[in-house]
Amino acid sequence: MQFKLDRRERASRRMLLLTPLLAVLLSVITSSLLLLILNKPVGSTLHSFFIAPFENFYSITEVFLKFGPLLLIAQALAVGFRAKVWNIGAEGQMIIGAIAASSVPVYFVDSTSGWLLPAMIALGAAGGMSWAAIAAWLKTRFNANEILVTLMLTSIALQLLYYLLLGPWKDPMGFNFPQTVMFQNEALFSPLFSGVRLNTSIIIPIIFTVAVWLFMERHFGGFKLVVGGLAPQAATYAGFSAKKAVWVSLLLAGFAAGLAGMSEVAGPIGQLQRSVTSGYGYSAIIVAYLGALNPVGIVFAAFFVAVLQIGGDVALVSANLPISAVHVFQGLLLIFYLATYTLVNYQIRPLRHASSSTTEGQPT
Amino acid sequence: MSTLEFFLAGTFSAATIFLLAALGELVAEKSGVLNLSVEGMMAVSAAVGFVVTYETGSHIAGFAGAGLAGVLLSLIFAITAITFLANQVATGLAVGILGLGLSALIGRDYESLTIASSAGINIPVLSEIPLIGAVLFQQHPVVYLTFLLALIIGFTLKHTRLGLAIRSTGENPHAAQALGFPVFLIRYCCVAFGGLLAGFAGAYASTIYTPLWADGMIAGRGWIAVALVVFGTWKTGRIAFGALLFGMVSLGELIAQSMGAGIPSQLLSSLPYIVTIIVLAVISTDRARMRLHSPFSLGETFDGTEGR
Repeated sequence: MQFKLDRRERASRRMLLLTPLLAVLLSVITSSLLLLILNKPVGSTLHSFFIAPFENFYSITEVFLKFGPLLLIAQALAVGFRAKVWNIGAEGQMIIGAIAASSVPVYFVDSTSGWLLPAMIALGAAGGMSWAAIAAWLKTRFNANEILVTLMLTSIALQLLYYLLLGPWKDPMGFNFPQTVMFQNEALFSPLFSGVRLNTSIIIPIIFTVAVWLFMERHFGGFKLVVGGLAPQAATYAGFSAKKAVWVSLLLAGFAAGLAGMSEVAGPIGQLQRSVTSGYGYSAIIVAYLGALNPVGIVFAAFFVAVLQIGGDVALVSANLPISAVHVFQGLLLIFYLATYTLVNYQIRPLRHASSSTTEGQPT
Repeated sequence: MSTLEFFLAGTFSAATIFLLAALGELVAEKSGVLNLSVEGMMAVSAAVGFVVTYETGSHIAGFAGAGLAGVLLSLIFAITAITFLANQVATGLAVGILGLGLSALIGRDYESLTIASSAGINIPVLSEIPLIGAVLFQQHPVVYLTFLLALIIGFTLKHTRLGLAIRSTGENPHAAQALGFPVFLIRYCCVAFGGLLAGFAGAYASTIYTPLWADGMIAGRGWIAVALVVFGTWKTGRIAFGALLFGMVSLGELIAQSMGAGIPSQLLSSLPYIVTIIVLAVISTDRARMRLHSPFSLGETFDGTEGR
């Protein structure tokens, strides 16, 4: 039997809430099949992914440590995605934010000033924004596609990072490892509890989320835009010119990603090193979509993806599952979400041969 | 072989990877579908191509496996973006992420292994000509086939009924459907063809150009291929020219590094990306021309109903 998609009169709010769950379910089923093929124990791997992250206090704080940057970047990206500004270079903006913030403790190694951290916050945000501004300028001035530009800028940012770590910023006492000196305590956020890596920087994504939520409420009248099915007409920013949308989207994302990069070097890492971003810039794209580009939805999505990443770390040890398996799962998750999202605006009807294309398919 | 000969001959070889992938993306885009998963498709295919060649010792089997992998991944894209009407940009990114993850998973046990490259051919007499002989007449057969394919695709798109069907679908799917063209089928086939060529590009990269497997070896070349389609304003001749240009840039990086010209290697590694950005800005700045040349419905979902 053949099926056909019929456009709904109005977007289904119920499906809007159901699709992320459906996507998770389908991804878990597909990944389980993949695990069987790889000859890995399915049950214990799923346990590692979804239960183990909650089994002790330390793991839970680690989940929140991942949750912060994902939430921060995804909230900003979602604003842009709604305006059809495809910034997929948050990874690069995060790197530049981390570099700019690190310049403070790198050049003021002996300083114990209380201004270290505020200066790093300001520089981190400014660094991310300036990197994103290149793409915004090239888009508005030269019409250069922002997808390609932000991606290329990410590759360039990575090379710049390598250059600094192998050259002028390399720790002279670091046994030739590509990393800077460890930062002094005054350049680090303080841990929330003793013995954990979760720190006070978690407040930044939370404040940012509230700000974005208020911004969206004021400009879009709450959830109307989302329930209205992300109609393209509605997505052209109310009262925003196209150019303004490009600048606001990119600068906001640069700001958020720069701060996220800063929080990494001034938090769990404590120095500038090669793996400074841990792929947050890319995972945040998935988080933004999985959260239906909605500030509240993104909170849940960021938490879920954070659990997934900690679970991946557990599975890495317990089932010897490579980290790439987590990427596969994330890719599947987004694909299934995008496919099932169709059910928000369309419903599936069986296609009978008697009634051919004469009446069906007409929007009602 | 002199440095100049090595440089020019290598340019064609490096360009082949860009050109194969870009031609596939061109056909998909001509039908109105923006498939941004080229990088992911190339990565999976490079891994599959390497593993199959390593295990069977046959480069042809490697190419077949890689092509199949590219097609399968492109079909995942097609089902999501064409049948389920998902946003093409987001779907392309998702399939790309899946592809990069899968490539690392497939190639995990083969990291840093090498295989024998497949030899080029010597065209008699012509290959004896100084300089030109080494550059143009001692290449691998895949290089010749790729440039021949560019001619064939250019001709097909411009002068045949199939090309007309693909172009109409890309310009205005509603009108194409009204004219009786099977829009969904055409788009599926074009996307699958793009997957096949991305697959071949990946196989060429991992089994002939640099016959080894290393995670992340595609290193943004899939994205440059996507950019090449824009640079070439959707025309095969210009795309081929752009591919040669980028082949030259990526090779120049190697040569400058080997000569140790006192330039930081990271700056040289950034060169292809910097050039991409600059060329993109220069080409795109003429908005009217870009609108004229790009397929009109590119990137828009089409649900088979009448126009808006």
